[in-house]
Amino acid sequence: MADDIKPRIRVPANPKKGEVIEVKTLITHPMETGQRKDAAGATIPRKIVNTMTVTFNGKPVFQAKLEPAISANPYLSFHMRAEESGTLSFTWKDDDGAEYKAEQKIAVT
Amino acid sequence: MEPTSPVIARRRVLVGVAGAGAVGLLTQFAARGAGATPEAAKALLQTLAKGEPKEGRIAIRAPEIAENGNAVPVTVAVESPMTDKDHVTAIHVVADGNPNPGVASFTLTPLSGKAEVQIRVRMASTQKIVAVAQMSDGSLWTATREVKVTIGGCGG
Repeated sequence: MADDIKPRIRVPANPKKGEVIEVKTLITHPMETGQRKDAAGATIPRKIVNTMTVTFNGKPVFQAKLEPAISANPYLSFHMRAEESGTLSFTWKDDDGAEYKAEQKIAVT
Repeated sequence: MEPTSPVIARRRVLVGVAGAGAVGLLTQFAARGAGATPEAAKALLQTLAKGEPKEGRIAIRAPEIAENGNAVPVTVAVESPMTDKDHVTAIHVVADGNPNPGVASFTLTPLSGKAEVQIRVRMASTQKIVAVAQMSDGSLWTATREVKVTIGGCGG
């Protein structure tokens, strides 16, 4: 159900230069743990988003490595110092090799 | 994990009343047998961040009692100025009551500005969350917090 996977990002609209802002992210994803069994008793294979990488104007800001202990539709918030206007780029990596990408522009005042 | 005392058995019944299926989940976990222990969690932390961490500088914010173990909000905040010279390079989070101890690892940079991360965690049962932060000077800090879980969040 890869077409159901949709990232969402929320940042403050117009942060002041130098302000530390909170970046909230959420990606719709089942985060299948690999522990569950289907009705026939067969183990449902693990399928989670295992990594989220964030860069700002190409510079690394934040990275998260996730385990099956992270809830479905993983929500993740972190902070960033907004020194200049630019673009935050997000990449989520799936166990099956797929990558989901999103971008968020930030304009400091 | 057979019911060893009447107290535990009664508690299990109460859990069952609180949420249908919870007892089934518990027995499912019992049957599986495998699971993270505080020792396993500690061992994993050693592979993630080698060394003996000191208590302090980390605040773990999580509900004392989580009714639904499927998504427990957990915030880990580390005291640090987050400058180029002095910042948090990594935060590791483990839990000792899930089938596997690992929860998440974060890599931070001076651009982060503030070492605070929020996630939502699955918790199979009442357990301790342990966080270890690695600083740019190589020092390690740790904190622990227990979360009581009414309905485990795993399987079902």
